[in-house]
Amino acid sequence: MSETSRFRSLEDGHGALKGAQTAWDMLSEEQMQKHITTGCEELDAILGGGIHCKEVTEVGGVPGIGKTQLGIQLAVNVQIPVECGGLGGKAVYIDTEGSFMVERAHQIAEGCISDLLDNTAHRLKDFPACPERLQPNSFLANIFYFRICSYTEQIATINYLEKFLEEQKDVKIIVVDSITFHFRQDFDDLALRTRVLGGMSLKLMRFAKKYSLAVVLLNQVTTKFVEGSFHLTLALGDTWSHACTNRIILYWNGNDRHAYIDKSPSLRSATTPFLITGKGIRNATSHCKRVRMM
Amino acid sequence: MCKNTINGVKTKGRRAAASAAAMSNKLICEMGLPASIANVFAARNGFSRGCCGPLPLPQDALSLPEFDLVALLGLDLDQVRSAVARISEIACPPCRTALSLLEDRARSTCHLPTRLRGLDDALCGGIPFGALTELVGPSGIGKTQFCLKLALLVALPTCYGGLNGRIIYMDTESKFSSSRLIEIGKSSFPHIFQSEGMAQEMAGRIVVLRPSSLSEFTESLQQIKLMILQHDVKLLIVDSMAAILLRENERSTTVQKQHSWCWPLSFLKSLAEFSQIPIVVTNQVRSQNNDEVFHYSFQAQKNDTGKTSERLESHLTAALGIQWAHAVTIRLIFEAHSGHRFIKVSKSPTSPAVAFPFVVESSGISLLSHDGLEVMGAEICTIHCQVQDTTFLIRGPSHTLVFNASLQQFLG
Repeated sequence: MSETSRFRSLEDGHGALKGAQTAWDMLSEEQMQKHITTGCEELDAILGGGIHCKEVTEVGGVPGIGKTQLGIQLAVNVQIPVECGGLGGKAVYIDTEGSFMVERAHQIAEGCISDLLDNTAHRLKDFPACPERLQPNSFLANIFYFRICSYTEQIATINYLEKFLEEQKDVKIIVVDSITFHFRQDFDDLALRTRVLGGMSLKLMRFAKKYSLAVVLLNQVTTKFVEGSFHLTLALGDTWSHACTNRIILYWNGNDRHAYIDKSPSLRSATTPFLITGKGIRNATSHCKRVRMM
Repeated sequence: MCKNTINGVKTKGRRAAASAAAMSNKLICEMGLPASIANVFAARNGFSRGCCGPLPLPQDALSLPEFDLVALLGLDLDQVRSAVARISEIACPPCRTALSLLEDRARSTCHLPTRLRGLDDALCGGIPFGALTELVGPSGIGKTQFCLKLALLVALPTCYGGLNGRIIYMDTESKFSSSRLIEIGKSSFPHIFQSEGMAQEMAGRIVVLRPSSLSEFTESLQQIKLMILQHDVKLLIVDSMAAILLRENERSTTVQKQHSWCWPLSFLKSLAEFSQIPIVVTNQVRSQNNDEVFHYSFQAQKNDTGKTSERLESHLTAALGIQWAHAVTIRLIFEAHSGHRFIKVSKSPTSPAVAFPFVVESSGISLLSHDGLEVMGAEICTIHCQVQDTTFLIRGPSHTLVFNASLQQFLG
């Protein structure tokens, strides 16, 4: 049997396995794939270009560090038109905490659009349709918002997404803010909680692969007693920590907000500062633009 | 085991469903499933396992794995899948676009102005409707004064810029003072309070409840839900939340503590959203234990050197812990240092990190400056309590110095 024909038969072989892919195919697909920018170049850099589609990314941090801000920012940034180097997708925002502020989403969309116009004005001339699409309100119209009031609704919504995504093929990101809230409130049976959460993360993982979209789960932090001292750690325990492909922790380092890659199969652990400005999440180095310096 | 699990879920679930403006408290039999399957769900007494009751509520069906349902209901896998999909679709809250939310917000009043101009600007108009706002600070700093003023502002007639609404004031520490309320009213709005009967009318709109235990508190929360819907209640104040929760939990373990806090928390959150009123709660402070070093394990090595110096300083932390802090939408910290009192916008989805110096006058709280002082970094989350002038401080000397310098500039 010659080399090529052996290859052929191998290919036939895995052709029979539905959904199987060679590592080489996966690599070229990965290289083709565009990422969702966070708005902060340094953060994009340590993430390998931004938040990856087809992956589940978990983001955790103390209250007020900017998890919701990042969630809203991603829901806006996923809509950057293809002509400007974005994905031109839509977003599903699942809000379990009621912390989504539509006024803030409007501000962030405005900030995103003004930056796009500054940076890619020359490219946009070739696409006359763009200016109409580049309105904050049309960005907001592409964010599908679900407000969840109990864990039952959370499970139901994730189940329902199956059908919803079938109809809305443009959805490129699902943000769950936060995955934790109802599961920390209403559960005393931890075994059940682990199982329900596990089922939910499996479903989300499947959506990510099937529709090649990014899943971003925001998580709260809790304190944990390890080796004689208290540490901060993300909530929901150790079993849950296996459920996500990537895990990013946002934390205070002195005066700056930093992001740390805690876990990722493909990225090295790294930290970078980032800023939250009126326009959204931005580079920490453009400090000088601050309006009121202390 | 199985019995416990399922009954546990059911009671919990019922409570959660009843507490929220939830769609999911519909019975499965009302969900338009094919009649044969709906009957199975309703009638199944779980003989197959000898333990389970009928499955009338969607949470039961949704939290069990598919194969358990197959065994329990005696249906085949496809039927179970389509039934679960149907239940999910109905139990799922409606999908809205962010644009339609924005349009809704534009139609209704969505902020309660505090009449402290700088603070209102930072919060995009004031205390938001439909969200939980928390005031944290040491005792005597002015939290109750702030609450009294808010209550008055809601009670004012619309023609004077008020909301013409009723207020429910849950006073757990017996700090509510009617005479102080009238005093604030008289000095802030002399023209209104001088007219005959106005003071009586204003004060008559404020209903004060004094729950003395957690169970009483819980009970009145339930009643309040109805009251808010039937009457024109435009504001709910709980002063203080920490008192009622901590008093109850002095002797219980951390796990129990966590647990009993959860219910009022999610109830208040859903109440705010459901009835679209602002809810303001106050929280106390306690001194932070030295061994509570709040770092992640990956930060530990880096911070070893700073540890010793940090141990010498005592600082304060909010009495209700991190889980509570995650849940509130807006957190305002009231603190005192460098001889001044400050309101800091510690957590807000819209505001930058700013602090406003304030004084308490006969008319309530007033800001010394409407341009907030920008606060750097994690400083926004710390709570200081130090009323004397001597600057004996605090945490992270570098940013404190910056802060003090600009404060002096501002005062200078």
